[in-house]
Amino acid sequence: MVNQNQISKLKRVSEVLISIFSRPSGMIGFSIVILHIIIAIISPLIVPYDYKEINSLIMLRPPSEEFIFGTDQLGRDVFTRTLMGGRVALLVTFFGTLIAVAWGGFVGIFCGLVGGKIDDIVMRIIDAFLAIPWILAMLLIVVILGTSTQVLIPALGFFYGKGIVRVARAATHDVIARDFIMAAKARGHSNFSIIWNELLPNVRDAIMVEGAMRWSWMLLAFSSLSFLGFGVSPPTPDWGLMISEGRGLMSFAYWSVIAPIVALSSLIIGINLSADAFAKALGIDRTQKAPV
Amino acid sequence: MFLLILKRLGLGFITIFLVSVIIFTGVEVLPGDACTAYLEREAKGELLEICREQLGLNTPAIERYLSWSYNALYGDLGYSLSGEKPINEIISVRVRNSLILAVTAILIGIPLAIILGIVTALWRDKFPDIFISTFAIFSMTIPEFISATILILVVAIWLNWLPGIVIVSSNSTVLELLPNIILPVIAISMVMTAHMLRMVRSNIIQVMSSDYVQMAKLKGVPYWKMVFIHVLPNGLLPAINIIALTIAWLLGGVVVTEVVFNYPGLGRLVIESISDRDLPVVQALALILALIYVGVNLIADLLTLVVNPRLRTLQIRK
Repeated sequence: MVNQNQISKLKRVSEVLISIFSRPSGMIGFSIVILHIIIAIISPLIVPYDYKEINSLIMLRPPSEEFIFGTDQLGRDVFTRTLMGGRVALLVTFFGTLIAVAWGGFVGIFCGLVGGKIDDIVMRIIDAFLAIPWILAMLLIVVILGTSTQVLIPALGFFYGKGIVRVARAATHDVIARDFIMAAKARGHSNFSIIWNELLPNVRDAIMVEGAMRWSWMLLAFSSLSFLGFGVSPPTPDWGLMISEGRGLMSFAYWSVIAPIVALSSLIIGINLSADAFAKALGIDRTQKAPV
Repeated sequence: MFLLILKRLGLGFITIFLVSVIIFTGVEVLPGDACTAYLEREAKGELLEICREQLGLNTPAIERYLSWSYNALYGDLGYSLSGEKPINEIISVRVRNSLILAVTAILIGIPLAIILGIVTALWRDKFPDIFISTFAIFSMTIPEFISATILILVVAIWLNWLPGIVIVSSNSTVLELLPNIILPVIAISMVMTAHMLRMVRSNIIQVMSSDYVQMAKLKGVPYWKMVFIHVLPNGLLPAINIIALTIAWLLGGVVVTEVVFNYPGLGRLVIESISDRDLPVVQALALILALIYVGVNLIADLLTLVVNPRLRTLQIRK
């Protein structure tokens, strides 16, 4: 027998989904994101050329029937590279966001629950980390530890989790004074049990929306790093890298930057629209949030 | 009130202290030190010893931290590895250049954001709101390096109106710099304005639906009088904190923009010093940027406390 709890959960999920897709912004946003994910997964199978094959005979060709988006300064097909350019970015930022949500959410709820000295100390440390510009911290890590995905995922996950700590803590403060928390405390439940069974279901919405937003910022950070030459290394196709490589020659070969620009912008806008629609569907106002 | 200010100042100092510890241990814990990073493959034997001797890297970490922070307190940030110039000298020029950029962007961005925020809030869901809000979403979500690249492509290359890339040295005078900052300023203030206007808009919408504004409406207060006397003062108050946070955010975003336009400011120094593995300069930069962040937020907090008496009593009761 299916239990009553699961039915109501399913009902809630379908309600939220319907609410998201009934908004134009949610519909467009989700479609863009899903399209990007599908392309990222299947692109190695459908691209017409080899992404790293250098051919000096066909350098900087304008778009034509043979090369839909033209070729770049090394004679590589821009269409192929654009289709594959989101793979590393999506992989790194997706797992980075999961890490950020996990540790940020847990620390935030924990601090909100226990309060007192521990809370004070943790929040001061978070404040200090917020005061260091992300780009400086990320660059330092990347320069010394390298630019592999094993470094980038935890590094981005850590730096983008500190904002989630604050959101999770504030959301916890909103529910902490309610009766059911008092009851759980009175029953003698452990902190961990209260977090898992009582607090998490109540603050999950806020954390998930924040996580969705962090995803787009993390993507922005990741591609900025690639653009600056501190991200994925060539010849891996990556939008940030493609834009920075094509930039010097764009006065006569604008096609090699236009395609990655459109691809990256559409993905980031798609994630943002989805996050906004998601927040509205869950009844959370995001516009009060500052860009930290 | 005085106690409150003291408390805020204290918190600011704690944050700065923690930042200095984090940065110092960060550089310390990571494999290698300033010498191995700087000398790269030649980092062995005598050369390494001499370098470590010169920088005093042979003394224990705590001792070095204390002397570094002690000197930093008196405004002496030490020497850079590559240029052998005092870091103060390198950084002060760059700070000036970045300030020119930031101040211009702020002077354009803040009034624009407030005006557009008011317009979008008062004509909510009508044509001006939909148009401006859509544009705002685009300009705040697209990465800085993309909007900057598009600006260069359209304005400098296709229309040929302005030079696309700054080609002045970092030591040039303010007057020499000014014509070069137009495109970077547009790129920065576009993002900044978008962030601020969204928040101003939602604040004003919130105030517009509050009880006392409804009351004023019912009393028959003329619309514009109501807007200027009842809505705006309360609706714009939170803008102070938002502006502070935006300025703090600017510190990170400016790095990328400065690189795209080749502008000789603090941001490009960050990239240059990290590429050169000039760790003393990186440490100094982190400290200065954190100082600006904390300082701007502190000023905003105090300003709101001064302007908004309700907040004062609330904070003291806490």
